[in-house]
Amino acid sequence: MLQISVRHFEKTTILDVSGDIDLASSPELRKALLRELRERRTPRVVLNLNGVHYTDSSGVASLVEGLKASREVGSRLVLFGLNSAVREVLQLSKLLRVFEIADSEEQAVAS
Amino acid sequence: MSGGSLLLRMELRSNPESLCVVRNTTGELTQTLGFPEAECRAVVLAVDEALTNIIRHAYQGRTEQPIEATFRRIQVARDGLQQPALEIVLEDRGMTVDREKLCGRKLEDVRPGGLGLHFIRESMDTVEFRRKWGRNQLRMVKLLHDAKTSRES
Repeated sequence: MLQISVRHFEKTTILDVSGDIDLASSPELRKALLRELRERRTPRVVLNLNGVHYTDSSGVASLVEGLKASREVGSRLVLFGLNSAVREVLQLSKLLRVFEIADSEEQAVAS
Repeated sequence: MSGGSLLLRMELRSNPESLCVVRNTTGELTQTLGFPEAECRAVVLAVDEALTNIIRHAYQGRTEQPIEATFRRIQVARDGLQQPALEIVLEDRGMTVDREKLCGRKLEDVRPGGLGLHFIRESMDTVEFRRKWGRNQLRMVKLLHDAKTSRES
């Protein structure tokens, strides 16, 4: 089961995500990302993936959609807290260098 | 269809909610067989992506359709050696798989979707599709590299 909690700051929103991202749960992630980027036009959206221990291609697709939305509206999408499973899947997709990835929340917010 | 020793057979329904159960079961099985941690994750990813493709493409999102998953321990002949491996066969009764759709997309093309088959091929040593007796059949094999191998007699 995927859980997403949202923390709003002045120009930044942090989405704390935990659980597995798969065919059943990825629409929820997609919806949360697009709400922040397209509807709220948040200048910087930070995705905390510390609690995510699995993602499949539908999760990657949701991240790519978020990235595209951020570029369209002139926002930034920053990821941090990637564990081995998530990192491997992004590596397999050749997307590790496409996303802005921070080492910590402090770095993600300060960048 | 195959020899080898049967490890596990699951009769599933095409419900996305069941994917986490299959992932956990596959993860436990691969660990028990002695696959390294990264290879356990790779097999889990391949099985999950294959089931996702069946649900989305063969059954077009319809739930409660039958899927059969069979896991066997087999021996594969490689370079004159008999090498132990895990064979996974997934069968469904959905639409015929469109070969064009299975080609995936170029990775340089950064857009959502089209990665599932790429993940399966990268994760497994053998990936074969076929249509038999009105069923789609996907056979995947992962070699157990770290296990002892024996010279073919």
